[in-house]
Amino acid sequence: MTDDRQLRVSKIENGTVIDHVPGGQALNVLAILDIDGTGGEVVSIGINVPSDRLGRKDVVKVEDRELSQPEVDVLSLIAPAATINIIREFDVVEKHRVERPDRVTGILQCPNQQCISTGDEPVDSEFDVLDDGVRCVYCDTITREDITAHILV
Amino acid sequence: MRHDHITSAKQLSRGDIERVLEHASDIADDPSAYADRHEEALLGLLFFEPSTRTKMSFAAAIKRLGGDVVDMGPVDASSVKKGESLADTVRVVEGYADALVLRHPSEGSAQMASEFVTVPLINAGDGAGQHPTQTLLDMYTIRENAGLDDLTIGIMGDLKYGRTVHSLAHALTNFDTRQHFISPETLKLPRNVRFDLHESGSTVKEHTKPGGILPSLDVLYVTRIQKERFPDESEYRAVAGEYQIDASTLTRADDDLTVMHPLPRVDEIAHDVDNTGHAAYFQQAHNGVPVRMALLDLVLGGEP
Repeated sequence: MTDDRQLRVSKIENGTVIDHVPGGQALNVLAILDIDGTGGEVVSIGINVPSDRLGRKDVVKVEDRELSQPEVDVLSLIAPAATINIIREFDVVEKHRVERPDRVTGILQCPNQQCISTGDEPVDSEFDVLDDGVRCVYCDTITREDITAHILV
Repeated sequence: MRHDHITSAKQLSRGDIERVLEHASDIADDPSAYADRHEEALLGLLFFEPSTRTKMSFAAAIKRLGGDVVDMGPVDASSVKKGESLADTVRVVEGYADALVLRHPSEGSAQMASEFVTVPLINAGDGAGQHPTQTLLDMYTIRENAGLDDLTIGIMGDLKYGRTVHSLAHALTNFDTRQHFISPETLKLPRNVRFDLHESGSTVKEHTKPGGILPSLDVLYVTRIQKERFPDESEYRAVAGEYQIDASTLTRADDDLTVMHPLPRVDEIAHDVDNTGHAAYFQQAHNGVPVRMALLDLVLGGEP
């Protein structure tokens, strides 16, 4: 990739660059990070940037923010090939791929309204992670599409 | 039993199923031999939804093992009415009983409740989820009538919301069976059951009409299509008619076809089927007692 292409989205001084997000998922990444612009975060995004590996990819750069493990876990569900670059003083000080966990707890809500985990019971939601979605450990409902719509905030 | 809690048919291996069925068969041969088996045992019944067969046959089963029930009674007369969570209710009631039987309208309720108790908890139906003890008596009935291997079974009706269907489909994957699912397009098997059947490598086919497949079936398992699943009554009537059987429908079936139904039926099996050699649904309901006796004996610590 040329410098010219890299500069489509400008460098950041400190923060996190989430790269190799599937094309068109950048806004969902922002939803996972609970960023809607009202919090004052400085964010740059590239959508459908040409990529050797993915064909088209999205890039999200968030200044002065590092991601929590639950955020990375959910991110892995919609962007399994994503890389996370921690930037300090314009340098990449840490770079790693997301890893899909076997199970995610307390970060998604089951879309099945009849599921016991959505009621007033003292349990966290819990999902097994499948190759192409998630499955509620309580009611067995499989969710493949629109996982970000079920993120608990 | 390998599992203290019986929450889903998915957890039952072929060995588990065969062990319960063989034990049920021994009990059915000589029920009086088990009359003192669990003299002190108390079974806690927590039915948050109406039930006739399941509740009465669990009560009959524990009493025929020498034990008794403690029954929460109707929800309206319980602390649930005051807003108590299910997790709290089961933690309280486990102090009164040696095992619990739970029916609840929410899917996953038995799984969740089992995480809060140490006494065995048995799922007697969780919403549109699972009904594993119905499956055990269904398997027992299939085994008596057609055998569980080299079996061609048609499962017809409301496959989407029918918990008996979901449990049965899972259990049958442990055996050499060909499963045919017959339903209206809108009531096909849910995605999770379809996923599991695919993963198990089972032979599964889906149909929207029973006619073509009927002659090749060893067992036809019929379930009720409920009016509430359709936007209006006329649509319901138009669809439901396609999935009703009567004695004349069955003239196209094999002479040895076994017709089953978890009951209650409304009009999906006409009464003229009752007196044919095909009808096994009352026998199926009666099998609930020895099968539940066998299961209770195993979870309460009996040796088969």
